[in-house]
Amino acid sequence: MGAQTIFDLSQPGRGAGAQRPSPAAADDLPPELRRDAPPRLPQVSELQALRHYTNLSRANFSIDSQFYPLGSCTMKYNPRGAHRAASEPGFLARHPLAPASVSQGFLACLHDLQELLKDAAGMPAMSLTPMAGAQGEFAGVAMIRAWHDAQGDASRREILVPAGAHGTNPATAAMCGCTVREVAVRDHGDVDLDALKAAVGANTAGLMMTNPSTCGVFERRVTDIADIVHDAGGLLYYDGANLNAILGKAKPGDMGFDVLHFNLHKTFATPHGGGGPGAGPVGATARLAPFLPGPIVERTDDDYQWVEPAQSIGRLSAFMGNAGILLRALAYALMLGTEGERRVGEFATLNANYLAARLKDAGFDLAWPKRRASHEFIITLAALARRHGVTAMDFAKRLLDFGVHAPTTYFPLMVPECLLIEPTETECKEELDAFVAAMECILAEAKSDPETVRTAPHAMPVKRLDDVKAARELDLRWRPQ
Amino acid sequence: MPFIPHTDADTAAMLRAIGVADIEALFDEIPDRLRSAPSGTPRAGLSEMEMRRRFAERAAQDAMGPCFVGAGCYDHHIPAAVWDLASRGEFMTAYTPYQAEASQGTLQVIYEFQTMLCELTGMDACNASVYEGGAGLAEAVLMAVRANRKAARAGWPRTVPMAGAVHPLYVRATRSIVCNQGIDVPMLPYGEDGRVDLTALDGLAPPPVALVVQQPNFFGVLEDVDAIADWAAERGTLLVACVNPLSLALLKPPSAWGSVGANIVCGDGQPLGVPMASGGPSFGFLCSRQALVRQLPGRIVGRTEDARGEAGFTLTLQAREQHIRRAKATSNICTNQGLLVTAATIHMSLLGAAGLREVAAASCAKTRELVQALGRPRRFSAPCFHECVIDLGRPATPVVEALARDGLLGGLALGPYFAELAHCVLVCATERRTSAEIERFATALRGALSN
Ligand SMILES: Cc1ncc(COP(=O)(O)O)c(C=O)c1O
Repeated sequence: MGAQTIFDLSQPGRGAGAQRPSPAAADDLPPELRRDAPPRLPQVSELQALRHYTNLSRANFSIDSQFYPLGSCTMKYNPRGAHRAASEPGFLARHPLAPASVSQGFLACLHDLQELLKDAAGMPAMSLTPMAGAQGEFAGVAMIRAWHDAQGDASRREILVPAGAHGTNPATAAMCGCTVREVAVRDHGDVDLDALKAAVGANTAGLMMTNPSTCGVFERRVTDIADIVHDAGGLLYYDGANLNAILGKAKPGDMGFDVLHFNLHKTFATPHGGGGPGAGPVGATARLAPFLPGPIVERTDDDYQWVEPAQSIGRLSAFMGNAGILLRALAYALMLGTEGERRVGEFATLNANYLAARLKDAGFDLAWPKRRASHEFIITLAALARRHGVTAMDFAKRLLDFGVHAPTTYFPLMVPECLLIEPTETECKEELDAFVAAMECILAEAKSDPETVRTAPHAMPVKRLDDVKAARELDLRWRPQ
Repeated sequence: MPFIPHTDADTAAMLRAIGVADIEALFDEIPDRLRSAPSGTPRAGLSEMEMRRRFAERAAQDAMGPCFVGAGCYDHHIPAAVWDLASRGEFMTAYTPYQAEASQGTLQVIYEFQTMLCELTGMDACNASVYEGGAGLAEAVLMAVRANRKAARAGWPRTVPMAGAVHPLYVRATRSIVCNQGIDVPMLPYGEDGRVDLTALDGLAPPPVALVVQQPNFFGVLEDVDAIADWAAERGTLLVACVNPLSLALLKPPSAWGSVGANIVCGDGQPLGVPMASGGPSFGFLCSRQALVRQLPGRIVGRTEDARGEAGFTLTLQAREQHIRRAKATSNICTNQGLLVTAATIHMSLLGAAGLREVAAASCAKTRELVQALGRPRRFSAPCFHECVIDLGRPATPVVEALARDGLLGGLALGPYFAELAHCVLVCATERRTSAEIERFATALRGALSN
């Protein structure tokens, strides 16, 4: 591809003429506020642009084109029907500030989604506004903070996270003005309860965790954890990134959590878009409900209305979060139905345990061999790295050559040379078997021809990229030669 | 079983390989008392056809005539190619481009996007998006407070005033986010001309850490950005410029405001190829001078070389981000608004500088035509861009409600945001509005006002 940019295609005087409105003057703008020189945007024909971006798209891996077993990310099939449903002209043309009186169709959809998510969470209140998991976390921690403040206990500013926590958890706590303390995880992947008991105290605002944990196992003593934190005066936050594992089988509300977020772009199959958008609705127990971010849709006797919770932490966006993603999630949930929802958790777990069993037989080391996998599991290549100098990163890059997206690498941090593998329920057995075959092949290669693995990928549009150079010699924008 | 491909034979073979009797056995580590089923009556799954019918009915319920509301979300033309391309599965169903070699498409699009935003704003660097304009302004404020080392050393209070006519919903979002870090966001008054009145800050010692100004402001009014930028620069206050990117096809880039320009530029990218869609998903952007690049939140793409020395793209400066820096990251943002950035990049490629300028100019012209046709006085005297506040001479909310019942979004009633403007509406006519639609609005408004 040679990295020809759209700017390299540009020629003065060219353009996509059909896209331009009839010329109009804006002569009354004060001259001192106008720009002197036009921005150097591309000047290309419509066909040139179309071809350029079509070809660029083909340089991507995606769910639609490859198996994408990226742990913690739930890369399942994103139903096209949901995309179309959310793209109804009436929804796309709706202005966010249109009065509620002429928005009843949209509000009804949001209300339906709130109800569905409350049920899945096992919690009585839900706000749909957060725009991704991390913003849901932010809402949750801000709510925990506000709740303590409302109890007159403003000294509680420490958030506990298990050692394997996702980076957004500590980053969120810090963004909310809290300090972070890590709690150790024991050999079998569960939180160390003694360490937790030692860590909680008068400063504890709360604990953030996923369950199944980021170790890919169900935290068996989650109710003990909840008791320890609650007894110390703290609250519990559930990071919903791993909810796909237990959808329809267990509810965070029953485990003792006070507030949670969903990742609709994971569990509810909305597309990841090459980085986003997502949606991270937050649910809460009755005592935290008044603190939810607004607005929320309420159903009255004759219509739907926007309401702001009484002690709301406020708005997190100007309008209604990622409304279009919420519609897609609702479309997906409606197609699943209750039965379909339960099967999501079941088959996601079946696929993960099947892959884990097959890889173990193929000679890979599971990080927690005595545990049941949840919807994902971890293998560690530490022994391989020691013996053959082939790292988890090398393995990941080599997988690309086999037409498989790499699993998540080096997360959670405490497992050395790890791959976190999440097949999701929408992959068929043949696809899983092909993945095992690729892994076996690379394992053999790592022993017989480690150089090929170390220098992978070989079949991508580019060879391995120099990240150090990228950071040292910053080139963040195209410039004319 | 929607979307689950397993045949009974597959399931049986897989269970055998695992060595369990049934799927239920795979959940044996979940304590019994935590096992649950959805409450209430079970919902049958809908077929795609049935689901689509329900959505079509609901969407049709909300169908409206012409839209004369802007206020941060604008009804511009979007070339058909934009979403045909952005909806390609290879863009839409890819994850974050962490595996750079398998994500060159997304990465190059972001690099091109960064370039385009730098061209529009005059800044040196741009991130790969934040959630949207309001949350993006919060990130800009947090960034400014982090970045103003002089203020931190001298112990200035963490105060970031906002010009009085910054979008009130952006202000709300910003406050709910930054208050957790003890940052105070007072509002400065706006004057009779609709522009910020900086005299409220005169004599304030020490000066604020940062100052936020929006151009064009929420009232559509053009601020005297040169004076504001110079005011900030003289005092060591960092200037955060919140801008409409489309307006920058015509207006002076924030880098050229006053003698030194703005330090941080943020805004919402919706006018660049994103449908209104109830306000989301859209995307926020954040640009800065070179000196502040390491304080930017969110992802950034850089051009580099591969092992053969060929050019390629990768995420860079990741040591700012949550997955590396954890509690010390510049932000907690992970998932951003990538697909909208893709759409905007394609949109800007198709429109080019000349196209964007024409869209901006046509929108300005249509709004002038609208204000003329409505025949009501303007509330503010300073020049405006493609939005304008007009005075209806009576409480505006019921009038707007009446117009909506007639199938027309006749501006935004300002009372809920500014009590003193309860008789005013903020109106906008983009290049899509026809003279016939403007006439329809004018007639409907005359009708509503004569009741
Ligand atoms: C465990 C976990 N928590 C939180 C997040 C953050 O979610 P988002 O990217 O939607 O902000 C992720 C995302 O990858 C995750 O895997």
